[in-house]
Amino acid sequence: MAADTNVPPGVAKAREALKDVPHEPGAKKKDPILVADKVVRRFGGLTAVQVDHIEIQRGAITALIGPNGAGKTTFFNLLTGFDKPNEGNWTFNNDPLAGVPPYKVARKGMVRTFQLTKALSRLSVIDNMRLGATGQKGESFWQGLIPALWKSQEEEITKRADELLVRFKLDAKRGDFAGSLSGGQRKLLEMARALMVQPDMVMLDEPMAGVNPALTQSLLGHVKSLREDGMTVLFVEHDMDMVRDISDWVIVMGQGQVIAEGTPDTVMADPRVIDAYLGAHHDGTAHDSAEVAAEVEGGKSDE
Amino acid sequence: MNFEVIAGVSLESLINAQMIAYALAAIGLNVHFGYTGLLNFGQSAFLGVAAYGLAMTVATFGLPFWLGLIVGLLSAVVLALLLGVPTLRLRADYLAIVTIAAAEIVRLLFRYFSEYTGGSDGLQAFSDDFYAMNPYGSALEIGNLISFSARELWIMTVGWVLIAISVTIVLFAMRSPWGRVIKAIREDEDAVRSLGKNVVSYKMQALVLGGVLGSLGGYVIALGNAAVQPDTFGTEFTFYAYAIVILGGAARVFGPVAGSMIFWFLLAFVNATLPEAIRAGYIPTWLMTETQAGAVQYILVGLGLMLLLIFRPQGLFGDKKEVMLDGR
Repeated sequence: MAADTNVPPGVAKAREALKDVPHEPGAKKKDPILVADKVVRRFGGLTAVQVDHIEIQRGAITALIGPNGAGKTTFFNLLTGFDKPNEGNWTFNNDPLAGVPPYKVARKGMVRTFQLTKALSRLSVIDNMRLGATGQKGESFWQGLIPALWKSQEEEITKRADELLVRFKLDAKRGDFAGSLSGGQRKLLEMARALMVQPDMVMLDEPMAGVNPALTQSLLGHVKSLREDGMTVLFVEHDMDMVRDISDWVIVMGQGQVIAEGTPDTVMADPRVIDAYLGAHHDGTAHDSAEVAAEVEGGKSDE
Repeated sequence: MNFEVIAGVSLESLINAQMIAYALAAIGLNVHFGYTGLLNFGQSAFLGVAAYGLAMTVATFGLPFWLGLIVGLLSAVVLALLLGVPTLRLRADYLAIVTIAAAEIVRLLFRYFSEYTGGSDGLQAFSDDFYAMNPYGSALEIGNLISFSARELWIMTVGWVLIAISVTIVLFAMRSPWGRVIKAIREDEDAVRSLGKNVVSYKMQALVLGGVLGSLGGYVIALGNAAVQPDTFGTEFTFYAYAIVILGGAARVFGPVAGSMIFWFLLAFVNATLPEAIRAGYIPTWLMTETQAGAVQYILVGLGLMLLLIFRPQGLFGDKKEVMLDGR
């Protein structure tokens, strides 16, 4: 890994920061942007999330993986304020975030996307983008009635939006209704729109779900470019190949808890992770975990 | 058949006070339903509190007319806050349930506090100051077709000015970044939250704006009739307003005005034509008598609305492509 000569600066920085971090759940990071402690969410008798301690390294791409029902999306919703935990505290840029409503979380610089893409269908693509900009004067009712007060700001926003549309190759769709875009284009639009907020951290909930393979590569490229722009990325994903390709660090959840942490290669060889994915504890068959690890590894590295 | 009467009545209803009141109610409802996606089924209550706010201030408490107008507007704002605070955090359908109930409560309160509201007879004698300002000296007659009294002309003038103001406010508001947030909330609240907008606050602002614009229609009804009665503000009022919004095309600035004109034109036309046709023998009495014609007009208008929704779901001014975009 270290032998790569033309590693982009963002990747090198992230690797450097995570070099000495121990591969264990709840590991301390050099410069964490997000720190969560004892976050618990119960649905009736079911404890969906029970995270003791977690730190997310600034400037790195961290993947949150785990089997279905592991509580990844619930944990995401808790962190971004869309759901309220039964217990727990977490800080973002050293700001306590527990109990903060979602819109304030976004204003603090932590912006999320959704597993089921939320393109605003009957708004044009460019209006979707403009909406993302924060601190707009014209978004107050009375000031909005007087165009002179917000026209110049609107032009700046539109310029920034157009640049992002070009970068995400959506400029040809500028005037179309967002509802007329394909599934993959909606994912791109959602990510571009999130960048309009100018966040420090982007939370992507299954960014690759339902995207055709041709667009996957382009989406991956965009996620990587966020890191080069100095943003922190935390994303939920099922697909191990994707995770291996783009993430600097992987956090594995199983049954609501963080069960493993580490670089993609070590985590995927971790017997606990394989157990969680293949369900060794549930089907009652005893696996030699090293053997399974080799199999999983072998199957994956063909590609 | 007396075609002059039919044409006259129909043409009058294109611009008369009743049409204006419904247009204003629909402009407000369009802000709620068309732009923000708020299912307000209690628009009649906003007109009711404004009309009664004015009438009670003047007729019951003997206070000045202008104060009555202010009381009416404030009542509409307070009603919006009362409806919004408990419901806007919940799912959209809760607002629908609460508003339909609230409108009935408001109407029944007008009946209940008869000491102040005049009960089911309502209140009169609050519009003298308004008509004292009437600049029109004589009635308007256009041939044998159209005739409006001086009082009607005055309320129509004021009403059309109110429509012009309301439409201008909606036009400017919806073209602004504020309107962009409002329309985005209609599409998906959570997406808007995730972009750092205080969705509950925006929905409240929209509820107040639409309520206040609608309440102007309450003034037109109260002053046009020079009387208020509780049953004017029943649920069917709100349903007509919805029909008007959909007829004109939801989320179109001029849709509610055009929708109201067409709605009342058609109703007046059918209402005038059917009895004439029965009297002239074009419609046999075994099919329909003159007394039945009154019910048939609503059946026909309902049928027309159904056909509209099937063949032109976007309404008259809507964009079919936009309506056909499936929500998510």
